[in-house]
Amino acid sequence: MSGATLERGLNAFREQMNAPVAAFFSSCVNCGMCAEACLFYTETGDPKYTPINKLEPFRRVWEREYTIFGKIKSMLGLTKPVTDELLAEWEELIYDGCTLCGRCSMVCPVGNDVSYMIRRAREGFVAAGYAPDGIKNASRRAVTIGSPMGVKFPALQAQIKHVEADTGLEIPLDKAGADYMALLSSMEIINFPEYLEALARIFKQAGVSWTISSEAFEATNSGIQIGASDIARELVGRVVDAAEKLKVKYVISPECGHAYTAIRWEGPNLIGRPYNFKVIHILELLDELRASGRIKTEGTDDDRLTFHDPCQIVRKGGVLESPRNLLNMVTSEFVDMKDHREMNWCCGGGGGVSAIERAEELRLKVFKRKTSQLEELKVDKLVTACANCRLVMEEGLEEYKLEIPIVGLTEMIAEYLVEDKE
Amino acid sequence: MSTPTDFLLWVRGPGFDIALVIFLIGVIIRLLEVLVLGRKPDLAEARGTEMGPGLRTVFTRTLPESGSMKRSPFTVVGGYVWHIGFLICLFLFVPHIELINSTLGVKWPGLPSNLVDAVAAVTIVTLLAMLFSRLNHPVKRFLSGPEDYLTWLVTFLPMLTGYLAYHRMIDPYPLVLGLHILSVEVLMVVFPFTKLMHAFTFIFARWYNGAMAGRRGVQS
Repeated sequence: MSGATLERGLNAFREQMNAPVAAFFSSCVNCGMCAEACLFYTETGDPKYTPINKLEPFRRVWEREYTIFGKIKSMLGLTKPVTDELLAEWEELIYDGCTLCGRCSMVCPVGNDVSYMIRRAREGFVAAGYAPDGIKNASRRAVTIGSPMGVKFPALQAQIKHVEADTGLEIPLDKAGADYMALLSSMEIINFPEYLEALARIFKQAGVSWTISSEAFEATNSGIQIGASDIARELVGRVVDAAEKLKVKYVISPECGHAYTAIRWEGPNLIGRPYNFKVIHILELLDELRASGRIKTEGTDDDRLTFHDPCQIVRKGGVLESPRNLLNMVTSEFVDMKDHREMNWCCGGGGGVSAIERAEELRLKVFKRKTSQLEELKVDKLVTACANCRLVMEEGLEEYKLEIPIVGLTEMIAEYLVEDKE
Repeated sequence: MSTPTDFLLWVRGPGFDIALVIFLIGVIIRLLEVLVLGRKPDLAEARGTEMGPGLRTVFTRTLPESGSMKRSPFTVVGGYVWHIGFLICLFLFVPHIELINSTLGVKWPGLPSNLVDAVAAVTIVTLLAMLFSRLNHPVKRFLSGPEDYLTWLVTFLPMLTGYLAYHRMIDPYPLVLGLHILSVEVLMVVFPFTKLMHAFTFIFARWYNGAMAGRRGVQS
């Protein structure tokens, strides 16, 4: 991130230009329908948050340099250039005002994948030096300390000791040859250690051979959020090195949305080769264990409850069936929000937004969308499968004075798990 | 070009040829301009396929997602009405079919002229309403620049002049017919250099969207 200049930013935009991006920009007729799919527009009513508008700097590079008429117009001085002022103005729109949730990409009538372009355009913003301090600092901590929240291995070790003491189970560390290597997000280590406990109990019962690497336990990837491929590559590379060193067959992505996008979908493209292992989301693994009868549950949660689909796991991740298969196993009064699965509304804190301090007011404002969804259903409990969504929603519910407890799906499965007594 | 008849002969002859050449070459260049950029192979292990979901999205995006229908009903319904109306007038009006037949040698049955006339009237009114919406809807007004109004105008003029010609509302007839053909030529010339290109590129855009989501196991 050092030596960021406008020229570097423009070069980064150029590197991100490809046929899909050109097809998308060529097709947009400014119909404005993406605005209605975006909670930043629906909750603020400010047209500047229209998804396609967030791409104006990237669009200008495309028009001026990648279209014949744009080149002619530029020679005649009829197009507007990308300037530092423009990027400074747009920084808030493309970072604070977009969670990369991808809902707009589902509604565009000409088929534009707007969030795909925003992810790419952020590369140009970072390279030009226009990224919010919050994500910049998180990225810096991720590279130097190993975690965006500054969580070091001793902190994990302490949590492991707690969980081992509470459960009497061993959490295998650096066990070479294990089938699965589990990753965690810093938030799970610090805020939701019940996730780790759930893993230990479920895997013990199912007889899953697993381990955690002391060298690469952090699953989150600030590089993906800020849009810096070099940082993202470094962070993914650590996980890949650890997994290959321990010779595991699978790496388990935790209940964290963008961690899944990072390790499952972007990772191989960042390091430039396929992995020697497979990546599986924890919900997919639990669903497999359920289907094969390796885990059984007893009893159900009889509260009226609903599930918040984390965007990066469901809409952008393709883990579609597992959450509801698992929920059906342990709930009796499960109801879906009107817009759910691929069309669910974002919590408002994804894509790095929750790391941007100055975006807090906006984030809480757009959380209104989620509260409207919840109020329609009148539920007593909210289940999700992403530590970031969970934290953002806990803050949001508090702000709107709604007393709805939030639980992680993995720990819910552990709660009703039938365990053999030894 | 001293008389309306000379004018008509010019727009039907050399004028049309020039417009057609610019249109065809322009469209080909613009499509190549997109496709030559290519995209890198995706190295992540696929969950689903690309081709099927991509093609599916090409068709399914023709129908609005239910939330959009509720939140932007005017844009959705107005968009349907004028696009379909425009295509009916272009391809199902008997004199147009005869023109295509005489140049390309292919023909198909048309609709009764009075029906096409009614469709044209509805399309013209809808296009005016769409312009009104663009000027007033906060999002559309905010997004719109000169190109959005230019493309509206060059789409609207062939409809308007066609309607005037059909009803012989301007004398002499060769003049109004010539104006109609000229407006179509303007549309053809402007087409490749503006967002009117979406009429072709939407197929690629939808396919890429559907294919990239399909790879991840999602039907977009």
